[in-house]
Amino acid sequence: MQEILGRVRRLVAENQQIAAETITIDSTFEDLGIDSFDGVNLLFAIENEFDIQVSDEDAKKLRGIRDVVEGVERLLGKRAADGGE
Amino acid sequence: MNAVNADCRVVVSGIGVVSAIGLNRGQFESSLRAGRCGIRPITRIDPDRLQMKNAAVVEDFDAAAHIDAKRLTLMDRFAQFAVVAAREAVADAGFERGNGLRGAAVVLGSGAGGKTTDDDAFRELYGAGNPRVNPTVIPRVMLSAAVSQVTMDLGIQGPSFAVSSACASAAHALGQALWMLRSGAAEIALAGGSEACITLGLLKAWDSMRVVSGDICRPFSRGRRGMILGEGAAVLALETLDRARRRGAGIYAELAGFGMSSDAGHLIQPSADGAARAMRAALRDGGIEPGEVDYINAHGTGTRSNDAAEASAVRTVFGARAGALAVSSTKSMHGHALGASGALEAAAVALGIRGGFVPPTVNFVEADPDCPLDCVPNEAREVAVRAALSNSFAFGGLNAVLALKRMC
Repeated sequence: MQEILGRVRRLVAENQQIAAETITIDSTFEDLGIDSFDGVNLLFAIENEFDIQVSDEDAKKLRGIRDVVEGVERLLGKRAADGGE
Repeated sequence: MNAVNADCRVVVSGIGVVSAIGLNRGQFESSLRAGRCGIRPITRIDPDRLQMKNAAVVEDFDAAAHIDAKRLTLMDRFAQFAVVAAREAVADAGFERGNGLRGAAVVLGSGAGGKTTDDDAFRELYGAGNPRVNPTVIPRVMLSAAVSQVTMDLGIQGPSFAVSSACASAAHALGQALWMLRSGAAEIALAGGSEACITLGLLKAWDSMRVVSGDICRPFSRGRRGMILGEGAAVLALETLDRARRRGAGIYAELAGFGMSSDAGHLIQPSADGAARAMRAALRDGGIEPGEVDYINAHGTGTRSNDAAEASAVRTVFGARAGALAVSSTKSMHGHALGASGALEAAAVALGIRGGFVPPTVNFVEADPDCPLDCVPNEAREVAVRAALSNSFAFGGLNAVLALKRMC
């Protein structure tokens, strides 16, 4: 979780051009000034970073950093499970 | 050349169309009346590489049946569409080639230009490591290539250029042509737009934006999931009313007004204020009272934010009368053909004005409280439209609205 959070913070910092220190697990997109198109750009960076695919339905539910980190964990976990079958 | 004449009226006397719901004007009009949806599975590209599955693709377009083989090697698909539509518009208007057409203006919009050529050429270069790029790439790709091909095809030597403003390109082109005819720069214009944007590179880029629907396009309907891309061209033959009367031409409608605005807001989020300002500008330019308007062909992309903002703009401009207007999105049938859309939609409006109908918004399931409009769900309606608006609102906040009127 901490490792994923660190990578997500770095991506958000780059995407929004803000200091990574200002981003916490509890930051909402609104706190960070992430509008809908910033969110789309962020998802692109996250999909590339973790080599995952986030569905539009899941993307619409994201409200903050915790949602993103948990979502990435879930998708990575699913991939590991699928790979193990 | 005429002197500048602010009272000069301009009419639509010919229409040519290539679209997913018809390869010519007649088929297009039948589809609009029948509410036929042209959205179908994408087969030209491996579907496993795409999130989106459907588009309003122009099927069965046989360029070689229209254009000789040597010239075809110099034309991207978007220019082929434009040439075929322009020829149909000229034939429909009854313009004589030669002296009659020589001084005409050609003004066509395109958002993307020769993307098929781009994709093919750069796949060879980057992907296959081919050391050379075909010398026809530049003259096929350029945004103005369709305009050049139309002028060459029809022997037109008047003022001609391309207009680009993403999804509003064709509406801006038609507006420029209107004002050029009013100014006396020409007596005839062929104006509209053309787009052929169904390429892997572009579709992947649209996928990333998460604005394209995974299934169908349902403008103004609750639960709508986004836009559906389309392709095609429409060209309107415009001429001054004086000229049309002199030669006894058939007239679809008057192209009465044109309004533009810029949101100066967000790169992709629409602004109701910018849309409202463009609609008001078109009414003012056309000398049309809001009470005369019976129909609006909406930008109506089928995204949540566009349709809600557009509904809000319509209510701002028309107030209590907004509920009495028919407001439909024909993108539900011909898809969002980007830089050609404004012309396909203006053609739909002109056909509807002459034919006494308004085309429907198809795929409509359920009303959305965010879009409190009569969007003519699923079935065309017989209406004697007096005046109509055709809205185009581009990414980047560039708005263009055309006003058309029935000829009395």
